[in-house]
Amino acid sequence: MKRDIILAGVGGQGILSIAAIIGTAAVSSGIYVKQAEVHGMSQRGGDVQSNLRLSSAPIASDLIPFGKADMIISVEPMESLRYLPYLSPEGWLITNTTPFVNIPNYPDIEKVMEEIGKVRNHIVLDADQMATDAGSARSANMVILGAASPFLDIPLEILEEAIHSTFKRKGEDIVNMNLNALRIGRQAADAQMSK
Amino acid sequence: MQKLVLLGDEAIAQAAIDAGISGIYAYPGTPSTEITEYIQHSKEAAAKGIKACWTANEKTAMETALGMSYAGKRTMVCMKHVGLNVAADPFINSAITGANGGLIIVSADDPSMHSSQNEQDSRFYGKFALVPILEPSNQQEAYDMVRYGFDLSERFRLPVMLRITTRLAHSRSGIETRQQREQNDVSLPENLRQFVLLPAIARKQYKNLLGQQQALISESETSGLNTYIDGTDKSKGIITTGLAYNYLMENFADRIVPFPVVKIGQYPLPVKLIEKLANECEELLIMEEGMPLVEEQLAGLLHRGIKVRGRLDGTLPRDGELNPNIVAVALGFTDTRGEEIPEIVASRPPSLCVGCPHTDSYLALNEAMESYSKGRVFADIGCYTLAALPPLQSINSCVDMGASITMAKGAADAGLVPAVAVIGDSTFTHSGMTGLLDAVIHNAPITVLILDNSTTGMTGGQSSEAFGRLKDIVTGLGVDPEHIRILKPLRKNHAENVQAIKEELSYEGVSVIIPTRECIQTLNKRMREKFKNKK
Ligand SMILES: Cc1ncc(C[n+]2csc(CCOP(=O)(O)OP(=O)(O)O)c2C)c(N)n1
Ligand code: SF4
Repeated sequence: MKRDIILAGVGGQGILSIAAIIGTAAVSSGIYVKQAEVHGMSQRGGDVQSNLRLSSAPIASDLIPFGKADMIISVEPMESLRYLPYLSPEGWLITNTTPFVNIPNYPDIEKVMEEIGKVRNHIVLDADQMATDAGSARSANMVILGAASPFLDIPLEILEEAIHSTFKRKGEDIVNMNLNALRIGRQAADAQMSK
Repeated sequence: MQKLVLLGDEAIAQAAIDAGISGIYAYPGTPSTEITEYIQHSKEAAAKGIKACWTANEKTAMETALGMSYAGKRTMVCMKHVGLNVAADPFINSAITGANGGLIIVSADDPSMHSSQNEQDSRFYGKFALVPILEPSNQQEAYDMVRYGFDLSERFRLPVMLRITTRLAHSRSGIETRQQREQNDVSLPENLRQFVLLPAIARKQYKNLLGQQQALISESETSGLNTYIDGTDKSKGIITTGLAYNYLMENFADRIVPFPVVKIGQYPLPVKLIEKLANECEELLIMEEGMPLVEEQLAGLLHRGIKVRGRLDGTLPRDGELNPNIVAVALGFTDTRGEEIPEIVASRPPSLCVGCPHTDSYLALNEAMESYSKGRVFADIGCYTLAALPPLQSINSCVDMGASITMAKGAADAGLVPAVAVIGDSTFTHSGMTGLLDAVIHNAPITVLILDNSTTGMTGGQSSEAFGRLKDIVTGLGVDPEHIRILKPLRKNHAENVQAIKEELSYEGVSVIIPTRECIQTLNKRMREKFKNKK
């Protein structure tokens, strides 16, 4: 088993929580993990990414080679496109559709969606809206994780356990909110794929 | 033994705790910050009474660690690469004094400048100082090298450098820890003049250091941290340093490289291993995560003898960090690449947080400066450097910590009056105070803004040594109290703040303006914690 994942977003959007949960789930399944994070300067509202590598064999490089990523998981639509050079031709792009506009020259969102549509395998969902509808606006990142979960080769229950152990310090309400968001995202992805 | 998933920085920190350190000293700087933070948050470290302190700057950190080593205890000092420039004086001299308790200097380099103003390679400093350097290629090695490094330091009575780079520091992986070791007792150096670098003593100590070099080379050849991995295809021999080894392996699905490889993890270079490689192979390909240090030594100035390829002949790029693709191309493999980035994707540079106090300070400064020609604002390093970019575009320099005040004085001396310096509170206590003293003594016509946000913001909100002391420090340095102005940078105070800055700009002497309001990020964090504790 091998999954090379680029996580993308804007500083402060919670991509490191997604990485932490997948990482915890992988480790508890006995899978090797390497995860390169970005700290420092770029966290201040700039673009951020994390290289997450899972494999049943030991992993050499912390960085994913160009053209080899199995998936891009993005919490922001334009950011999902920034890492296309990493995506393999068979890879999946899973992205939120709610733009995070903190620059004056943010492109026309229709054009962004058009570019996303050109990627052979993609799943798009309005994770912000879905999270808000479910009463937990701050867990859009978990909705995205749910949507990516069919491609992870990690059973959903193990991801749920990882959410449990990651958030349990913050109380049961927070755990349930995130579990709920995960399931909503999963359902949306399943529905899109069966279309 | 315990299995933990840790950042490279955290692995180093845990290793230091397990190896029996008594203190860690550091000034924050990406990508080294998390080492000290991990120990500060560790209950284990607290129970063992390990001192984990932020210091005013890297020089004071290095000297404090040297003092702890003098007293016989193990200690670590951490900094980012440019911090070693600041600590260079005590660092180089610590090789002459030598160590007593184990002493490791961690210098975290940032090739490709993810969060830095340059990409210098700390190995050059280690080589210059003639101390052993350890360079891990993964998190487990980082952990293990700390334990070994302390032993090496105590065996040779020398400081040891641990050189890491961003991708190792900030990448997570599983590591196995080892049995914990007790701290050392206090014990003074056998020779109480060992640390007295008067010329007569220093000459002797320096000869001693030179005399140890051969033994250090033998150590490099036998410690197991430099390895010769044989291969069948002798058309090339490959030398890797640090993370380059991983990128090499990434290019071979079965992790078997057909060429002989020398994997470097310890310096001085293992001469015998490299000789063997050079004797057996037709040419050498050097892959270094950093500047071409090994390559320069092997190529020699005239490129005579065996052909050496690497960053100097263009086989690998001259600058920036390596990655699997760059290494693939150097090996002659075809590059892989997915679709190009669509043209519509705009760059998203970092920016000041919404509600940041610096924004209000700069808006006032911009307006106060409107009547003067552009190009007069010398700034420094911190969140407030982001004001170089639109929309604020307020500043004209950012060079090294503390350079704002001193450059403003130089420009004022040249006739650029008024000249303005903008410096953060933590940067001011790091390296700004001495420059301000210069300015006061010569009554330079400069206006200094010390942006006091109560924290070291850029690196994630560490405590600032300036906290609650700025006015006293500035007064103590001799700034006329009439020209020390404390402002509150808020939109509602804009007009009044503009007026105050204008008044000080027209004063032909040193003025210090201290806009004071807490960083939004640390404020929010404090409020969240307060709320949590109340619940
Ligand atoms: C010699 C050196 N040490 C450390 C750093 C890393 N560094 C850059 S900015 C900064 C913090 C500055 O804090 P402050 O001056 O209070 O400004 P703020 O970011 O809070 O606005 C640090 C530690 C550096 N660039 N150079
Ligand atoms: S972290 Fe604090 S000082 Fe830095 S930009 Fe944000 S609010 Fe301003």
